[in-house]
Amino acid sequence: MELREPLIFELSRAGRRAASQFPPPAGAAEVSAAAEVPVHLRRAQAAALPEVSELQVVRHFTRLSQLNFSIDTHFYPLGSCTMKYNPKACNAYAMLPEFLAQHPFAREPQGFLACLYELQEMLKAITGMQGVSLTPMAGAQGEFAGVAMIRAYHRARNDAARNEIIVPQAAHGTNPATAAMCGCIVKEVPCDAGGSIDMAALKSAVGPRTAAIMLTNPSTLGVFESKIVEVAQIVHAAGGLLYYDGANLNAILGKVRPGDMGFDVIHMNLHKTFATPHGGGGPGSGAVGVGSRLLPYLPIPIVGREGARYRWLTERDLPRSIGRLSGFMGNAGVNLRAYIYMRLLGREGMARVSEFASLNANYLLKRLQAAGYEAAYPGRRASHEFIITLKREATLYGVTAMDVAKRLLDHGFHAPTTYFPLLVPECLLIEPTETESKEELDRFCDAMVAIRREMEQTPEMLRSAPHALPVRRLDDVRAAKQLNLVWTRPRGDIGPDGGTAHREGEVALR
Amino acid sequence: MPFIPHTAADVAAMLEVIGEQATADLFDEIPPELTIAALDGVPPALSEMEIGRLMTERAGFDGRRLNFIGAGAYEHHIPAPVWAIATRGEFYSAYTPYQAEASQGTLQVIYEYQTMMTALTGMEVSNASLYDGASALAEACLMAVRANRGRESRRILLPRTVNPTYARVARAIAGNQDVEFEPVAFDRIQGRTLLESVRAHDPRDFTALVIQQPNFFGCLEEVDELTDWAHANQLLVIAVVNPVALAVLKPPGQWGAAAGRRGADIVCGEGQPLGVPLASGGPYFGFMTTRMQYVRQMPGRIVGETRDSGDRRGFTLTLQAREQHIRRSKATSNICTNQGLLVTAATIYLSLLGAAGLQRVAEASMRRTADLERALTRIEGVSLAFDAPRFHERVLALDRPAAPLLAALAERGISGGLDLAEHYPELGHALLVCATETKSDADIASYADALREILHGIA
Amino acid sequence: MNGLPNDLQYTRSHEWVRRLPGGEVEVGVTDHAQSALGDMVFVEVPEVGRRLIAGAACAVVESVKAASDIYSPVNGTVVATNAELAAQPELVNREPYGAGWLLRVAVDGSAGELLLSADDYAVYLATEAK
Repeated sequence: MELREPLIFELSRAGRRAASQFPPPAGAAEVSAAAEVPVHLRRAQAAALPEVSELQVVRHFTRLSQLNFSIDTHFYPLGSCTMKYNPKACNAYAMLPEFLAQHPFAREPQGFLACLYELQEMLKAITGMQGVSLTPMAGAQGEFAGVAMIRAYHRARNDAARNEIIVPQAAHGTNPATAAMCGCIVKEVPCDAGGSIDMAALKSAVGPRTAAIMLTNPSTLGVFESKIVEVAQIVHAAGGLLYYDGANLNAILGKVRPGDMGFDVIHMNLHKTFATPHGGGGPGSGAVGVGSRLLPYLPIPIVGREGARYRWLTERDLPRSIGRLSGFMGNAGVNLRAYIYMRLLGREGMARVSEFASLNANYLLKRLQAAGYEAAYPGRRASHEFIITLKREATLYGVTAMDVAKRLLDHGFHAPTTYFPLLVPECLLIEPTETESKEELDRFCDAMVAIRREMEQTPEMLRSAPHALPVRRLDDVRAAKQLNLVWTRPRGDIGPDGGTAHREGEVALR
Repeated sequence: MPFIPHTAADVAAMLEVIGEQATADLFDEIPPELTIAALDGVPPALSEMEIGRLMTERAGFDGRRLNFIGAGAYEHHIPAPVWAIATRGEFYSAYTPYQAEASQGTLQVIYEYQTMMTALTGMEVSNASLYDGASALAEACLMAVRANRGRESRRILLPRTVNPTYARVARAIAGNQDVEFEPVAFDRIQGRTLLESVRAHDPRDFTALVIQQPNFFGCLEEVDELTDWAHANQLLVIAVVNPVALAVLKPPGQWGAAAGRRGADIVCGEGQPLGVPLASGGPYFGFMTTRMQYVRQMPGRIVGETRDSGDRRGFTLTLQAREQHIRRSKATSNICTNQGLLVTAATIYLSLLGAAGLQRVAEASMRRTADLERALTRIEGVSLAFDAPRFHERVLALDRPAAPLLAALAERGISGGLDLAEHYPELGHALLVCATETKSDADIASYADALREILHGIA
Repeated sequence: MNGLPNDLQYTRSHEWVRRLPGGEVEVGVTDHAQSALGDMVFVEVPEVGRRLIAGAACAVVESVKAASDIYSPVNGTVVATNAELAAQPELVNREPYGAGWLLRVAVDGSAGELLLSADDYAVYLATEAK
């Protein structure tokens, strides 16, 4: 059976309408206000948007959804992404009509602000920080806010020469990109053979130009930085601050607090740790938490409380804030979903997240090792994720991590993260999360066992995978060389609407 | 434990495989002095029923007010299929489409979205979206600095008729890379930017000119003469536009009247009007389109069409070498997410409305705002501030401060508009109001009656 | 891969230099570099007339996997760039030392310290580079 779905433009036919979606017609006596737009400012030709019926739209996009893997349909062990179950309740209650109807500039809605205020407080509690802002709209914006606050802090102390950010070699790509966006220079330090940060290298890297170190703990290599207190001392002694990349918060939730580890600022990925939807690439939410040093610089607006009343704290309340990062107050609806999730888990549930995330990761690691796969750091525990390296298999059988990933798709599992971190050759970064059952993990292991057998006997099946999906392996070299980023009507084609690209008179204003 | 499926038997079996006695042993690499005993500050768990009750209570407390505020977020009717489909688990809980073969749904949606946005804006290529309109403008400014090879300058002309919060965000984000913004005054009678105000600046000091259409006041800028001036002086033009307005207004790709005109260079804006609810300010999405010559300078994700090994059509993320996960410190931006879910909703919305439907929404909104203007300016003490042609918002000049009026209107269940005192104190007592196609005659009459009563005590 | 042309000089950042008559040099990337990057999809070269500084980034080669800066091996001025690469960036993969050349530079002064012989570059590849 071939699962193919044409482009919506290919379904389009001139004159077709989803008529009930159009606003009611104007009364005959009314003069169109649009006619008052001067001709030279008016649109002359209608935009080439599709002309389809409502059923065609519903069928088209429903069928497209069926081409996707998703948490709702597949085990999704993407390392560093924390693909845990997105509770339906979070969406249902965040989309209550009264919440959806609020204009961001309407008089401060107390019910909604109470939720956000309580979310701020809970995030402070679990991270051990003194202040939280919910405005950054993604992890990358949260990072930007963190680095910008650090720079503002040093500038305020007349120490503006501090423009170096220390970053472990294994860091996520956003870390150095963010440093550059804030006008900072990146200094990479290597990891030792055990996957921890090289302390000697760190000591020689810090100095009077050190603004901060950006770290995640556990690291992107899946190991807990056990010397973190010493790292904090070294960096603080040199006059720098500590930034915590919260991408791996799922591993330590309820066990350790970044504030206690010595971090001055943390960004959290609410779309990872706090189960808000990934939505095919977003929206995320990159809330930031800070220690007392950085409180004055938090991005605005923040929810404040005066007695029983909630209100937005803005430029007047935080004159030294790094400013606004969004047109309104960040991804409010995402924050609301995170709030609902945290209330559903509660104190005990939050504390158990890391336990079961770690249990699942360690179990999977042991079973995969028993099946013959090589852990990148065999002497270390898994945190909430771990790395398998296929460098030996690549040499022995000529199969890559990418091939294994594609074959896993055929088995009905989304592949783990591949080729990140860059330090480990032919790697798979595997994060099962705490919401997966033992049977699901066992099924995944069975698939990996079968793939290993194929590696040895019929490696070509892996190299040409996937076989069972709507498309075979896609040519990404061609995609980059022959850029086709916009659909255009094929030349010489009469066209679905009978030949004319646009209908005259569509934009004729009365 | 909510959402955790493990039974005690599961745990025991798994620990045996791992070779440990208890799950606590899995954390032995963490120094004990760092380990916390309990999570203070987090209340005990609620069942789904209990959180449902709490949220319903809080939502009910806030209630629904009759909304006449625009100012960058617009209330339009959202067809029922939009969110019924966008919240399907296959879209809602899917990740970024890095494994392209397993994500053809998301990728094709984005490709269709890119095509629609280029059509709407009259440009050549679109990205897969950015976080919101304000941050999209910041990114557009950074992109203009990169792309304008003929200019060393990192200074941008930013008219005061551009959304003032966007200006703040652009400063907060782009200011960290030493991009400076120079304000341009607006004309107090017309409510828009005059060419002579722009000409008062030495163009050699600048790399780009930002033009918002319609501008923050709802007035229509003279985009042709401003674009021509910018291009004649080697400045790039950054257009900030409302996507619904583009159904009736000339798209930025066609701005300019001079011979050999090429239109705006970078287009950005807020996509919220396309099927995204107001929802207290987010999540929304920012859009960005440009010409092919600048595609490698454009931040964010891009989807391209390609073939699979069986020569079938498929879609994949492309031009990723520009992005953070590959170029690291040389990336065009640090942006990692797009606003996938919102883009899905917008694509469904545009498919349902089409050009004809979008035009009707735009025209109906213009008509309703004209009706609102008529109804309110009949009240003594309320007059129209500006006389330029406009889209679906008005600035009203009042005979007293707006804030207490808005509070009184809120008491009556009406969100009357945005007080402009904070951002435009020079306008005196001014209020920005908007009425979209969602407002009925009765709604407008309610507002007028309430305002008349508040101002003059006449019921 | 021992096919390092002996008549070229090399840099630690994997560029090669061919001396041309008239004080000009031709610059490209080595086989090691093209192989590490993978299939080329785009090459960005500086405009003719641009002044280059030895050691500073002057061009970009882009594959699906990575975009890599090219560092100028010499001080000088760009006199020509390879127009074929616009349509055929894969020439960099196929013929890195020949048809896949990137640019030609009129050298001023000497930047000999940056340049290695074929033998020295081979040693460098074997011991330090990854």
